[in-house]
Amino acid sequence: MSSDQMSSPARTSPVRPASGWVFMASELSVLFRRRRTWALLLALAAIPILIAIAVRLTSGPPSGRGPAFLDQITQNGQFVSVTALTVAIPLFLPLTVGVVAGDTIAGEASSGTLRYLLVAPVGRARLLVVKYAAAAIFCLSGTLAVAVTGTLIGAALFPVGPVTLLSGDTIGVGESLLRTFLICAYVTVSLLGLCAVGLFISTLTDVPVGAMAATVVVAVISQVLGQLPQLEWIHPWLLSQYWFGFADLLREPIEWSSFGSNALLQAGYVVVFGALAYGRFTSRDILA
Amino acid sequence: MSAADLQTAGSALADPVVQTHRLTKRFGAQTVVDGIDLSVPRGSVFGFLGPNGSGKTTTIRILLGLAAATSGEVHVLGQAIPRHLPNVLPRVGALVEGPGFYPFLSGRANLRRLDAADRFVSPSTRRSRVETALERVGLSHAAGKKVGAYSLGMKQRLGIANALLTHRDLIVLDEPTNGLDPQGTREVRHLVRSLTAEGTTVFVSSHLLAEVEQICSHVAVLRAGRLVAQGTLDEVRGAGQKLLQVLTPDVELAHQVLAGVGLIAEGQLHDHHDYHDGSPRISVPLPADFPPDRIATALVSAGVRINGFSVEQAGLEDLFVALTGEGFDVVQ
Ligand SMILES: Nc1ncnc2c1ncn2[C@@H]1O[C@H](COP(=O)(O)OP(=O)(O)OP(=O)(O)O)[C@@H](O)[C@H]1O
Ligand SMILES: [Mg+2]
Repeated sequence: MSSDQMSSPARTSPVRPASGWVFMASELSVLFRRRRTWALLLALAAIPILIAIAVRLTSGPPSGRGPAFLDQITQNGQFVSVTALTVAIPLFLPLTVGVVAGDTIAGEASSGTLRYLLVAPVGRARLLVVKYAAAAIFCLSGTLAVAVTGTLIGAALFPVGPVTLLSGDTIGVGESLLRTFLICAYVTVSLLGLCAVGLFISTLTDVPVGAMAATVVVAVISQVLGQLPQLEWIHPWLLSQYWFGFADLLREPIEWSSFGSNALLQAGYVVVFGALAYGRFTSRDILA
Repeated sequence: MSAADLQTAGSALADPVVQTHRLTKRFGAQTVVDGIDLSVPRGSVFGFLGPNGSGKTTTIRILLGLAAATSGEVHVLGQAIPRHLPNVLPRVGALVEGPGFYPFLSGRANLRRLDAADRFVSPSTRRSRVETALERVGLSHAAGKKVGAYSLGMKQRLGIANALLTHRDLIVLDEPTNGLDPQGTREVRHLVRSLTAEGTTVFVSSHLLAEVEQICSHVAVLRAGRLVAQGTLDEVRGAGQKLLQVLTPDVELAHQVLAGVGLIAEGQLHDHHDYHDGSPRISVPLPADFPPDRIATALVSAGVRINGFSVEQAGLEDLFVALTGEGFDVVQ
């Protein structure tokens, strides 16, 4: 250690605080420098690869079973990404989002970094916003990991050409890539509500694994409730209500209403659980 | 002694860096901090002492706005906490209850991350400030290593470095020498002195009384959430209170002589001796104005054989035990 007395440069006078982007960038770099984040993204990317290889190896006549769009893959590789997203939506995507969103605050608490961030100082509200934004960016990354890998492996293993939509119309390759991107946007939006739920649960505990598991359980329960016709009155309010509505983007003209309803519902979840997270986190003692 | 002592005499006393009024914190039914009135003078090195579980870390958490007080008032750097935290925290550096870092990032990356979280420092000097802080705690060579691979003491040093990232008006160190080797401990002492020289007030909690005695200008002692002593080191040690120790085989005779000069009351002749390395030792408090040579002369002329004769300032450890009790069990 050097106890050189002049070695500490003076603080530049704190006239005007810097913008929040520096911390946002730091948050993203911490998220994407974690091996865990890459493991999650790789696991998601493995889904289209497995699907494409399995279809390629067993290319018999279509059986009519399995996830939607599966049978179209042999005719057109561009269906790999849509099929993979359909497979990933009920469990794999919520799982990875649950890990990242459940970790937001609880992970910092358990590693002891939360108190140092707050003392640094990061305001509690700012920390919540930055954490949520980073988790939302992870939702987009996860969706893109599935879709981009699916598009590439589909093009590598299967013919690529004009796509016949659910409405019977045919679109070119460029247009179909655009539709795939729209579906990614739809799926990302679908996950934003779950992200907010995860953020809130994460403020309740110092045990990240608990928050992760609870978030995934919420996603599963929402889908189970969605399957019960007796609970039809609750369905419009369920987190997962519009998760599979992206098929409407595969019509000509595009049916935007499910996109709109989904966005509205997810925004509702973000507002409610964001407010709960704020209320909890700003009033809580940080004892970890 | 540091410049701190000179300052405390002046106006600085009226403007403490940390001031609490009847600060209380309850966890459920347990009162962990019980109506304490702290006053930390500007420029001081303030030792915050107390047995395990006496409420030191809890108090520090409240000062930093991590926990809310149940009742009472807190002012840090002259501003009310928690209302003015955003103004206060940029001027405060802290190590609270051990270091906390991302194990998957290097020491350097961790410091850059925490520095990036502070909106009130210049990003353009970040690299150099991080390197300087690493150098000050002797971690320059291990800065590229993942914190997960750090030893206990290395993490502790990194935690101290985090408090030094920029100039601070107040630095709070909760048991800074925890897990440090003797060199590290000594360097922390140097560090604290250099911080004081830069005008930083240092608030340090510790159990290591010898350490505290060497670096602190002021101390406060906490016992089960209550403040049992506070003031300058000398005030708390009992200014001028000294301890006379005589090593002699002639215990009876020596007692009589000491009673004769008025140092021992007649009734308690035998309460003042114990054994030190197997030979009897007599210890009695010596009033400040009592000349020790008079005692030596009296002992010798009475024919008492003397193997050792010393006059010492009562140690902080004796005082600490006297204030907080002998018992080893943690007070609930
Ligand atoms: N989260 C908590 N919930 C309930 N009680 C707590 C909590 N944190 C601390 N305590 C209690 O508060 C008391 C004081 O704890 P604190 O950590 O402030 O002690 P300390 O003086 O820092 O001790 P040490 O020297 O061991 O670090 C203890 O009795 C402890 O059990
Ligand atoms: Mg403690």
